[in-house]
Amino acid sequence: MKSMTLAKKSKPSTKPDGETLERMLYYLRLTRESEWRIERVLYPQGKIVGGVYVGRGQEAIGVGAAMAMRAGDVTLPCHRDFSVYVIRGFSLADIFANWLACGDSPTRGRDNTLHIGDVDRGVIPIISPLGATLPVACGVGLVLKQRGRGNVVLTHFGEGTTSVGDVHEAMNLAAVWKLPVIFICNNNQYAFSTPTEKQYAVKSLAARGPANGMPGERVDGTDVVAVYDAVARARELARAGKGPSFLECVTLRMSGHSAHDAAEYVPEKLKRAWAKKDPIQRLEKILLARKILTDQQIRKLNKRVDQEIDAAIAQAEVRPLPRGEEAVEAVYCEASCWWRKPPSAVSGPSSVATGHGPRATDD
Amino acid sequence: MALLTYLEAIRQGIMEEMERDPSVFIMGEDIGAYGGAFKVTAGMLEKFGEDRVIDTPISESAIVGAAVGAALMGMRPVVEMQFMDFIACGFNQIVNMAAKIHYRWGPAVPIVIRGPSGAGVHGGPYHSQSNEMWFVHTPGLKVVAPATAYDAKGLIKAAIRDDNPVIFFEHKFLYRRVKEEVPEQDYIVPIGKAAVRREGTDIAVITYGAMVWAALDAARELEKEGLSLEVVDLRSLLPYDEETVLASVRKCSKVILLHEDTRTGGMAGELAALIAEKAFADLDGPVVRVTAPDTPVPFSPPLEEYFLPNAQKLAEAARKLAAY
Amino acid sequence: MKALTRSQLHEIYYYLRLNRRVDEQLTLLYRQGKVVGGVYSGLGQEAISVGTAYALEKQDLIGPVIRNVGAMLIRGYRPRDLFLQYMARQDGPTNGRDANTHFGDVGRGVIAPISMLGETVPLMAGIALAAKLRRERRVALAYVGDGASSTGPFHEGLNFAAVQKLPLLIVAENNGWAYSTPISKQMAVRNMADRAQGYGMPSAIVDGNDVLAVYEATRTAAERARRGGGPALIECKTMRMKGHAEHDDARYVPKKEFEKWQKKDPILRFEKYLTAKKRMTAEEKASIETRIDQEIREDLAFAEASPFPPPEGAARSVWA
Repeated sequence: MKSMTLAKKSKPSTKPDGETLERMLYYLRLTRESEWRIERVLYPQGKIVGGVYVGRGQEAIGVGAAMAMRAGDVTLPCHRDFSVYVIRGFSLADIFANWLACGDSPTRGRDNTLHIGDVDRGVIPIISPLGATLPVACGVGLVLKQRGRGNVVLTHFGEGTTSVGDVHEAMNLAAVWKLPVIFICNNNQYAFSTPTEKQYAVKSLAARGPANGMPGERVDGTDVVAVYDAVARARELARAGKGPSFLECVTLRMSGHSAHDAAEYVPEKLKRAWAKKDPIQRLEKILLARKILTDQQIRKLNKRVDQEIDAAIAQAEVRPLPRGEEAVEAVYCEASCWWRKPPSAVSGPSSVATGHGPRATDD
Repeated sequence: MALLTYLEAIRQGIMEEMERDPSVFIMGEDIGAYGGAFKVTAGMLEKFGEDRVIDTPISESAIVGAAVGAALMGMRPVVEMQFMDFIACGFNQIVNMAAKIHYRWGPAVPIVIRGPSGAGVHGGPYHSQSNEMWFVHTPGLKVVAPATAYDAKGLIKAAIRDDNPVIFFEHKFLYRRVKEEVPEQDYIVPIGKAAVRREGTDIAVITYGAMVWAALDAARELEKEGLSLEVVDLRSLLPYDEETVLASVRKCSKVILLHEDTRTGGMAGELAALIAEKAFADLDGPVVRVTAPDTPVPFSPPLEEYFLPNAQKLAEAARKLAAY
Repeated sequence: MKALTRSQLHEIYYYLRLNRRVDEQLTLLYRQGKVVGGVYSGLGQEAISVGTAYALEKQDLIGPVIRNVGAMLIRGYRPRDLFLQYMARQDGPTNGRDANTHFGDVGRGVIAPISMLGETVPLMAGIALAAKLRRERRVALAYVGDGASSTGPFHEGLNFAAVQKLPLLIVAENNGWAYSTPISKQMAVRNMADRAQGYGMPSAIVDGNDVLAVYEATRTAAERARRGGGPALIECKTMRMKGHAEHDDARYVPKKEFEKWQKKDPILRFEKYLTAKKRMTAEEKASIETRIDQEIREDLAFAEASPFPPPEGAARSVWA
């Protein structure tokens, strides 16, 4: 059977340059620390409404993928892709406000965690029945293809989700219609407590690609450069009208399924092995080795990130909860559509739309 | 004006909207080259091309989801379910994705999901269902069920122009049996408004879909017996026209709620509660429901006949209520 | 694998012929206005229904769909059951409640389909799961068409069977068309069998019009499943020789396709084989045909004389 893989030979443009690498570090660090605050500070303080899901250890996927997007592309991240929201221009304060169920959050307190979206920023959120966004991505891809501007759509999901019927229907549809969709699977090896041996019987999920008539590739999900490169190559394929691709980005979920899950079912040995592949450490090594950054600059960046998070949380914490009566408003979009985008309370570097986050070398 | 069947009226309505608005396109199984299992979309591929008339694999869930995605990007897709029975295969996408997006994070989802529903054609349990209530029970959706050719055209146009997800229940029994003069120019029938099909004084019959015709047949028969039925065609189930329903109930003081759908959890129950809440003092007799029993739609003709409400069963119920 | 005996080969021939005759008779009844609803023919695909079902054992179960009448006959249904069902009579297998091949009987190892395609796969996976839990040497076999393989339930069922290593066989009947939708608009893989690699299960591609090839492939896969080897997908390539149903004239199918596949007719091929290998004489063939003639005549008369169900049957309890 003819094997279908993405073009193995990377063009120079599919590898991130120094500037991009710096920005990637910023986003990785911002994501890591923000989620830490949510899970290990705000949640125990009882300030988070509902459950908490973080993507610790898997940040390279969101960052690598979103940084490879171009203006006009659309992404459908899922609950462990915090970085995608920041890169696409949501303010940190708005994201925290959503966790805190504020009345002027991007969902007006109507939905939780990272179920936030904004068509202008090219972000469409998940619903809790996972896998349902993949067909939606196909619809987006259909329109992007017809508009002919070379844009693509990225859709994120976990390895557990690949067992869902919608994933199959969407991949089949995208392949038959040759849609510019990049299917990005975060294989973090556990779907809640279900290990991969109980989720599927194939050796690598990359095989799902050719099984549906598209290229499939396995990627080191903790290597932000590898993720960026794979997505960029897939993007090129899609842009050129060659249709969709499937990327299996392998990581380990370095947290519980959610904050209330101690994940004792994950062997310690596995955790230790993957801790060594931490995406932030790996990128820092590259930046230092290539002399793009110094130790001092990295420390300065980390401090800046902390301050930014402090400010965003402080800002979000004082935003009020919604009024009860608001629950029955705006069920329908009528002529005088009630819905308005909430004002962005904090506009700082993280609200810039296309991943132009600060570099450590900025002042 | 042109003499059109109910089916042709739907076809004309869709085509007019596609001509009027380039963002309207259709998707479904066998709708392009084949023109659809019932030929509703015949001629559309030739007229509008492959980009706007899309034949899909068998993937109801993906088709609905893709419609949502396209809608978020500014298009107005009209999705066909080959039979509305198969809408169950796309249920999650409709009730959890399409219905809740506006409420949760703002953008409109202007999609229409349409298809043939209803029994009376010996279709058996999977080609005869009336499953509108699954969606009437889902806030965020609109649900529409025309009974006349005029309404079929006017409502499909209204549905396509609506910025919300609309589930459009066509009745397959009426496709070729209902014919009337339909204006060839642009018009819409507003969603949420009922129509009084026949004025009467003794009993108000509130109904929709194919049963509107059964009610009119019964009314003609009963008139000879000196019993006057008012027939109200709901046309929209979500939102539905409370005002017109209550006005008829108050006028007649007696009411029969009629639908082809099964009894428990059907629209009649919803209307009965409304009437008890708001027109209790106006009633001179109990609220009566004439519906199908609580079973799947059976296949064999005598079984299906027993199952379905019809003019005779309605007339019997009306005589009994009149005597109360 | 043990070679088939002469009498077994004759049995296979009998079922092929019977399948086609039942099909032809149903078409006739349809044209006479005696059928309620549509008629969905399996013309040209008999080798798949017969070859697969014949390769199973008594304790196995099948999940047929509308064109697998031959398989249902092998599992113990008679032509009259199909006639009664299609004519919506009281004594049909569902007492008139459902149509065409939507009937079954756990005792005969037949699980009735529903119209929503693909759904049969998770259902048969569940049958296979029960067999595995009870350590029975039982195999579950699900039939899917090219169209059904695009559906979510197809995927979920296959993945589940693979991960649980269930004794489930998927017979992927690729007849080129799902109603008016050709393969090119249904999937982007070349073969339905290509899907199996995505689940980590083995697959085979066979000539669906060669009943012995179908038989062998099924037997091999079934044996493997019985030994605990897990599920497999067998793609049988064939052609739908009529429209989707009798009311569909299939004008969208290029005439050339029909001509090409007519030459590969499964029954004629098998006849030629039996004659060439001297495994069936002209007398034996005639005797089988006479037997079938009589069966069809008797069963048709029985079915046509059978009453329609009493109306109140509709309201009989929906619960057990």
